[in-house]
Amino acid sequence: MQIFQSNTKIVTADTIPSLSLYRSAPALEVRLDDFELFAIDRLRVLKGISDALSRGRKPEEMQKLVSELWRVNMRHWNPSEVINKDIISHFVLRLVYCRTDDLRKWFLSMETTLFRYRFRLESPDAQRMLMSEFNLSYKVLSNAELENVKDKLSQVARSISQPLPTSDTIFFKVPFEEVPELVASRRVFLRKGYAYVAMNQVVSLVVTQFRSHLSKALVLTNRKWTSSIQEQEKGRLTPIVEALSTMYLGPDYSQPKEFAEISIKDIDQVANSSFPLCMRHLFGKLREDHHLKHGGRMQLGLFLKGVGLKLDDALSFWKAEFSQKVGSERFDKEYAYSIRHNYGKEGKRTDYTPYSCQKIIASTPSVGDHHGCPYRHFSEENLRAALGKMGVGGRSMDEVLDKVRNRHYQLSIFNEDMAKLPFDRRGMLHFL
Amino acid sequence: MDSLPAISPKRAKGQVAGSSNLSFFRVDFGNMTKEEGFGDGRDDMLIDGDHGKSITDGFSPEYLKAYYGMLFPHAEIFKWMSYGNDGKHPACDHSYFGRREFSFTLDNDIYLRFQSFNNAAELENSIKEKCPFKIDIGPVYSVDPAKRHAYAQAGDNVFTPVERELIFDIDMSDYDDVRYCCSGADVCIDCWPLMTIAIKVMDTALRDDFGFNHILWVYSGRRGVHCWVCDGRARRLTNEQRAAVADYFRVYKGNENSNKMVSLTGLPLHPLLVRSYADVLRGFFEEKLLCTQKLLSNEERFQKILDLIPNEDIAAELQSRWQENRRSSISKEDVNAIRWEQLKHLVKSAKQKAPEVRQCVEEIVFSYTYPRLDMEVSKHMNHLLKAPFCIHPKTGRVCIPIDPENCDDFDPSAVPTLSELLEELNSSRADVNDEFNRTSLGRSVKFFRTSFLEPLLKSCKEEMESAYNAKLQQSKNSLSW
Repeated sequence: MQIFQSNTKIVTADTIPSLSLYRSAPALEVRLDDFELFAIDRLRVLKGISDALSRGRKPEEMQKLVSELWRVNMRHWNPSEVINKDIISHFVLRLVYCRTDDLRKWFLSMETTLFRYRFRLESPDAQRMLMSEFNLSYKVLSNAELENVKDKLSQVARSISQPLPTSDTIFFKVPFEEVPELVASRRVFLRKGYAYVAMNQVVSLVVTQFRSHLSKALVLTNRKWTSSIQEQEKGRLTPIVEALSTMYLGPDYSQPKEFAEISIKDIDQVANSSFPLCMRHLFGKLREDHHLKHGGRMQLGLFLKGVGLKLDDALSFWKAEFSQKVGSERFDKEYAYSIRHNYGKEGKRTDYTPYSCQKIIASTPSVGDHHGCPYRHFSEENLRAALGKMGVGGRSMDEVLDKVRNRHYQLSIFNEDMAKLPFDRRGMLHFL
Repeated sequence: MDSLPAISPKRAKGQVAGSSNLSFFRVDFGNMTKEEGFGDGRDDMLIDGDHGKSITDGFSPEYLKAYYGMLFPHAEIFKWMSYGNDGKHPACDHSYFGRREFSFTLDNDIYLRFQSFNNAAELENSIKEKCPFKIDIGPVYSVDPAKRHAYAQAGDNVFTPVERELIFDIDMSDYDDVRYCCSGADVCIDCWPLMTIAIKVMDTALRDDFGFNHILWVYSGRRGVHCWVCDGRARRLTNEQRAAVADYFRVYKGNENSNKMVSLTGLPLHPLLVRSYADVLRGFFEEKLLCTQKLLSNEERFQKILDLIPNEDIAAELQSRWQENRRSSISKEDVNAIRWEQLKHLVKSAKQKAPEVRQCVEEIVFSYTYPRLDMEVSKHMNHLLKAPFCIHPKTGRVCIPIDPENCDDFDPSAVPTLSELLEELNSSRADVNDEFNRTSLGRSVKFFRTSFLEPLLKSCKEEMESAYNAKLQQSKNSLSW
């Protein structure tokens, strides 16, 4: 595989755990066909993960799904080639997904998730080996020290329904910076800057390392790609690479030409007939309060942009509402900028795309906020009322609420909103 | 300046310009129209001259100019922002201060972002000259932020934030659904304890859990507090790590669309929450807020709390009891306290039959007391935050540091205002050299210096020293090869 700056390390199947850390590109030759086919197979895995994540799958379900996706897509007729296929496909996709911020973010997130669930399948010995490969040689907590904090560790364990630590539970004492996800969800005990990480939590440590390595590598690859590879491979790899990145990500709604425009005069009608619930709610609140907080302005504003509201129309639409509350002068001074910014006319001039469902579901609306996903952030009672207002009732209401209880937020949208949409407006559910 | 003439409102309107010993206070004629447009109501007061030589309440660009000229602790702010890099030690990074973004908000909401200064004098001169209504502090960037356009051409994100204090912003208006004394931008002595709680909970956790030592709490000038965590380790956190720290504190999730404001999982609580509840929240709730906010005094208020009980029978029983009770309330004891005891008692005795209520007392207390952070401020390195010792333009109050050890005694209405300070300057003896000691700001600056700045700089120096020695050692080792 001459296109990569390859290191000397050659991977052999039997010396390491089946999981690769992808620290260096393989020194292998690859047939052009395989180059593309392997990448597509891996994309199927990543895409499957992406779908599952946006449906709010629980960790146990993810574990099963990832193993299954991997088994189905990543096999090879020649068993000794399996590891190579893994590595090659990973590096090909790095090329594909290194080229913009959004692509990098998606790839990073999916590869990290994939890595996480594959790591959990490894034996404890293999896990320790992978840790040392990352130079994660953390001190195991001594018995004396363990005794000292045992009460607190038990408290944490109970708070996340994990088995209580015993004298032979292994704990690592690591700087809290290295386990951000455990800190964020309060799944570790913290003292004086150190997190007490149990053996069954080390996956977080390793994943953090994996993520930061990959993140840096993607930026480097991008630099290399734009500075040399893209030009050198113009006739061979470049077309494949460029085609691959759009292949599985669905249509690109940042291109407004796909849509009929939407104009201010029929915006109310369209909102009532076709907006998904979260946007309908924001839209209603805006009409009611003549104001939305930042999160709401972003979520609705970018959505309106996505469905074809032109910048000038957007400005007059928001101004008509906001000026009733804050006056038109303050609107011009404080709010107009960010609307132009969303349309790529200010600041770094990025043409922003609408928020994805995943992002909306993951948001954390607080006092006075109206953004977020109603299926997730509303109480059952409020959701019932909102759906009722939309004309959903009876059995289909129950079905939705059922899905919500099982945290399939996106499916709820699928069912309820999709069914009501006239076909030509289905693009409004851009995130599905 | 050896003698200080009284600063009269009349002079402030224009006569001062000719007065040679008032250079700090000269009116910039280019700004006259704006000044006259400022605070219409007060202009009338100025003209009728009733106030003679005293300084009128509030805020004006002239007062601000005097404040920046004589009271604002420029040197301390510079020292702080330099983190020891302004010294002579060979490990000092002399570009450090110059890569810090300052942002000025001028009269008429003109924002000047990406200001940077190479030394203390530049910073001080610029502040005095521009007389910003607000000074914000941003991150330290990889390159001088004033020259960011020159680097933008090179592509590849050369211009990027590399260091920033870990900051928290807690704003009283986020508590509007749990306080009844004021709303929005107003605060009073009855709701301020909510901020005291936030300081106590956060300060303890930042020190004990995260091991930070150099933490500065600042009154935001109106309705909230800011927190600056300045340890080297805190300044170097990535965005992801910042978000993790902020999330560690997050309990509050709700808004008006979801009934629950706080969601405890039903499992035993994490040590952070156990400690916060036992040491701070419960006490403040039962001994202060319950009665001062009259949380259970009328139907609308107690209904809101009853809604948080996940068992309808219990809620209904309390409701009917309290509705009757209203008519025959003869006890001397506070009705809120009585009802709270009844609620707790009933919930406790129902725990066997209705396990879902097990945590609902805690959940209520958390809902009404636990700190509510503006998460976005903490999550990203490039968020701006108002500098300490600024003057809040609406209240005229100085953003003074709050001592977390004595935060119970902090009273926002006793914070010195711009006009009070100038009054003090005018009436103090002219031969006192140290301007700080002539006003009530002196105590705050002294606190900033001795309790925050000196320990911080000492540890910066140690950190620098040990990093330097390690580097020396390394290069020695490589030489010996």
